[in-house]
Amino acid sequence: MTEYAEKRAVISGAGQSDVGRRLHRDPLDLTLDACVAAIDDAGLTTADIDGIATYPGPMDTPPGFSGSGVVDVQDALRLNLNWYTGGLDLPGQLGSVIDACLAVACDLATHVLCFRSVYEGSAQGEGGRAAVMPGGGGRGSFRAGSFMQWVLPFAAPSAATWIAMFAQRHFHEFGTTEEQLAQIALNARRNAGLNPKAIYRDPMTMDDYLAARMISTPLRLYDCDVPCDGGTAVIVSRADTLADLRKPPIQVEAVGTAIHGRPSWDQFDDLTTMACRDAGAQLWTRTDLKPSDVQLAEMYDGFSFITMAWLEAMGFCGRGESGPFVEGGERIALDGELPLNTNGGQLSAGRLHGYGFLHEACVQLWGEAGDRQIPGDPEVGVAAAGGGPLAGVLLLTHRR
Amino acid sequence: MSDHEVPFRILPRVIDLNRHFWTGGEDGELRFLRCQDDGTYVHPPSPRCPNCLGKNVSPEDVSGRATVVTYSINHQQWMPGPEVPYVVAIVEIVEQEGVRLTTNIVNCDVHAVRIGMPVRVVFEEHADGDERVWIPLFEPMKTDGEQ
Repeated sequence: MTEYAEKRAVISGAGQSDVGRRLHRDPLDLTLDACVAAIDDAGLTTADIDGIATYPGPMDTPPGFSGSGVVDVQDALRLNLNWYTGGLDLPGQLGSVIDACLAVACDLATHVLCFRSVYEGSAQGEGGRAAVMPGGGGRGSFRAGSFMQWVLPFAAPSAATWIAMFAQRHFHEFGTTEEQLAQIALNARRNAGLNPKAIYRDPMTMDDYLAARMISTPLRLYDCDVPCDGGTAVIVSRADTLADLRKPPIQVEAVGTAIHGRPSWDQFDDLTTMACRDAGAQLWTRTDLKPSDVQLAEMYDGFSFITMAWLEAMGFCGRGESGPFVEGGERIALDGELPLNTNGGQLSAGRLHGYGFLHEACVQLWGEAGDRQIPGDPEVGVAAAGGGPLAGVLLLTHRR
Repeated sequence: MSDHEVPFRILPRVIDLNRHFWTGGEDGELRFLRCQDDGTYVHPPSPRCPNCLGKNVSPEDVSGRATVVTYSINHQQWMPGPEVPYVVAIVEIVEQEGVRLTTNIVNCDVHAVRIGMPVRVVFEEHADGDERVWIPLFEPMKTDGEQ
């Protein structure tokens, strides 16, 4: 098999700030907590870091969506950079990490600090999601342009509604049920109970799930992730730097970044799946490993249905079969055949926006997950992020 | 539709490229750019035909008939707007597979909406300063008996 470039990249450290519903702390403070923790975890110093990658770069709106950009972190840590990137037009949030893998693979950088931070919880304040809707709720001179002109005039400002329509189509074509979809949320909550940093840790039953208010059919409250404050960082290093590192790093085995359908929430060819279909298929062309080799999957749950789409996209089940796959929840539990979203995902552990999945995959592969550590010293994991037209995925290995 | 029934909506920013779409309702017509060389409808509007890459695209009326591809009954009041619950749907125009609009299904019970349901356009007029725009919404096709 071709020696793909990402195999020259490893993840050498991971770090995370405090995570909370509303911490009311300076977002750069949270970002730097994560970055310093990741650098330290790798056994490196700021003098070793010569690259930065982040998503989405500085943005004022929606409020709290971007805690810091490249410039903020470079200057705060006084880094001398050989390469950097930060932006929104990427294959999902983890597209920035994949860029870092490519940068080290072609010797533009040696140790890249990758980060994502959010403060959406604090930014919303007591106003809830309505406080952070596009255009300040649309009063005044705001007029919708670009893609938003095709949804905002129809009172569909939230991805909750857009994803709900994918779920509805999936229910229609494949007979997927609310109780099956619920397993994504129930599994997340079960795992969050074992994660001291998770936001929602109280047990949740199927009755609790079904009794929660409807947001946009078929998505209920607990199908939607919880906005939070927090920063997450990982260090991507060139694989030949092992001697500089504190602990055996995690190997990047393969990545997926493809989108072959139209890059749109409503024009994509198949509304039962998303860009993850193409990114997932691409990933398996870049490795000898198979879906059956994967021992843990940390896959985006901005809304529960997105995880269902990723399960199919990654070949853990067939197209349209994610409902029966998660039925009952045993298969995706911590002691099941494919432990899923082992820290509680964004649904219960907080909307760290993509990077939380990668952080958790690394922590599990290093065997550092504490009470929620999955048994059997797992060696192969998946970290996937993005919904709708956004999708980026990494296959990670940690051979002992 | 009388004025007091028209809900608040965020309005589109009308530019040369999309004006035909947002103002076609003045004539009661749903309009898309169409390639005059190979007949491809182009949506969202683009200066070139995505099929032949030619620049010979110009607005054309379509029938206004469409099919519900998927939908959601939205219960969350995200911002000032239509009274909840309301239906957000993706509809596909009958003229070309894959040409879709996100829209609202109106003039029926929210629970009556189904995937595959035939619908037709109905316009909601909004004043925007000195300009006006017409938001294309869809309603169920009436059965023959009702017209």
